Amino acid sequence: MKRKDFHALWIIAAVIGIFPWAAGGNQYFISLLVFLALNAITALGLSLLMGYAGQISLGHAAFLGIGAYSSGVLTTQYALHPLAAFVFGIFLSAGIAFLVGRPTLRLKGHYMAVATLGFGEIVFIVFNELSPFTGGPSGLSNIPPLSFWGFPLEGISFLYLVWAVFFLLLIFSLNLVNSRVGRALRAVHGSELAAGAMGVDASQAKLQVFVLSAVYASISGSLYAHFLAFISPNAFGLMFSILLLMMVVIGGTQTVWGGFLGAAILTLLPEYLRGLEDFEVLAYGAILLSVLLFMPQGVLEGVRRIASGRKERGAR
Amino acid sequence: MIQFLFTGFTLGSIYALVALGFTMIYNATGIINLAQGEFVMLGGLIMVFCTLILKIPMVLGFVITLAAVTLIGAIFQRLAIHPLKNASLITLIMVTLAGSILFRGVAMFLWGKDPYMLPAFGSQKPIQLWGATLQPQILWVLGITLGVVAGITYFFKRTLFGKAMTACAFNPLAARLVGISVGKMVFVSFGVSAALGAIAGAIITPITLMEYDRGPLLALKGFSAAVLGGLGSAPGSIAAGFLIGILESLGAGLISSGYKDAIALLVLLLVLWIKPSGLFGSKEESELKKF
Repeated sequence: MKRKDFHALWIIAAVIGIFPWAAGGNQYFISLLVFLALNAITALGLSLLMGYAGQISLGHAAFLGIGAYSSGVLTTQYALHPLAAFVFGIFLSAGIAFLVGRPTLRLKGHYMAVATLGFGEIVFIVFNELSPFTGGPSGLSNIPPLSFWGFPLEGISFLYLVWAVFFLLLIFSLNLVNSRVGRALRAVHGSELAAGAMGVDASQAKLQVFVLSAVYASISGSLYAHFLAFISPNAFGLMFSILLLMMVVIGGTQTVWGGFLGAAILTLLPEYLRGLEDFEVLAYGAILLSVLLFMPQGVLEGVRRIASGRKERGAR
Repeated sequence: MIQFLFTGFTLGSIYALVALGFTMIYNATGIINLAQGEFVMLGGLIMVFCTLILKIPMVLGFVITLAAVTLIGAIFQRLAIHPLKNASLITLIMVTLAGSILFRGVAMFLWGKDPYMLPAFGSQKPIQLWGATLQPQILWVLGITLGVVAGITYFFKRTLFGKAMTACAFNPLAARLVGISVGKMVFVSFGVSAALGAIAGAIITPITLMEYDRGPLLALKGFSAAVLGGLGSAPGSIAAGFLIGILESLGAGLISSGYKDAIALLVLLLVLWIKPSGLFGSKEESELKKF
């Protein structure tokens, strides 16, 4: 972890610490910040997968859903303790990511994208069809809040918990990318052949980061289920997978921070666009398309380049 | 049983058309256009607009639809794909995805969220055949699909333009050396593949209705067909389209209708995992592609 990362971390932590009080405990702002953190957790995992290992996944909403449904189904129908369900979700996601990742990560580029897309869609169909457990398309409600020793976490305390989880994972990720594993991943991104020649087991490295990103998504999904107390398959469909990917691409894949920035932009932007009503989707698509066309390296890098007055070079 | 086969053939011809659209663009550019399903949706909805709201005769409406969607596809290539000369793969994938979101947004804005009906092209009276009931529209779908396939085959095998396009697919650099404008071919490939999507959309709407968010699933299944047939091979993707359509309708009838959408996707995953060159792709050919 570098000093600059530490400073950024402290600033964000301070803002999050003060904000709920400054906003007077406003429910709307609290839930907005919770969603920001939840999206940021998933985007963090995806940015490790995309930015460092150079792999694309269009099915990550599925892992979010697996986490959310593990928490939801096990706590409501089997009266399991939320923490136990939470851990179960993590292991289930990791196991599925391992099984799916092995054959899928052998594919490259478009094929990998479409294979993960297909996987995500299959999981989505399973959520819909396993209605005895999942409640089918109408969803699953009355999920109990996350609680520790009989002390339920709601509102502001849940906000702090989610952000604490995010910060822990962020610190872990920042350290990871500056470690041997991170360097190995970047080598794989550069050239799998060259990485292999240097003794990096490329397929192993890719698989590990794929499983790790699935675990991040599962954590976010479980927290989401406990926060909303209601889940339905539509929240974990293709659109959300695309949204997650957009977060990483728009934020920029060069650093771990890109995922956070993208999550912040794509969580807050729709709130501003809501005033446009019917034009919302249109404006959304147009903004995404123009960022991709004019800042193909992401907003973080784009702004940095504009700020440093360098002429923007084309995409890689 | 016969009934399932008829439904399968109908679905299959749509998947075949979508797969053919994928193949066109992939051959010319190496890009998989994830907005392909949106062309189908736009084709259906513009056809509805022409015939039901503007009350244009069906044949003329069909031509207008075709022209409109072709234009949309070409403009999309000019504005979104063309500027990204040396973009990374992730950016290319994201751009076609963003395009598909944009198209869906426009469609939702213009047509709303309700599915639309379109009357059948010919007679509405069901035909009884070998104990199965057949909607006459199915014959239209099959006939038009076969016509399109014949036309495309002729275009690639017999016309200079089609041969030039095939040359781009094999080796863009060599194609450029013999004086073929690769940029123009890419432009045309987007237009033609949009037109193929529009045809699929216009002919399927009388059977399955059409709404603004139909695109992604159609694109995925069409892509499954394209991969199963060996990506880049036009005859392969057509055969695979029919195969997946029949599998899907048999699965819906014999196993469970809820999981029918999963069948094509499962086929896609299995093919990608086990034999990414597809059923009809040769081994040498697949080594040239970037899996």
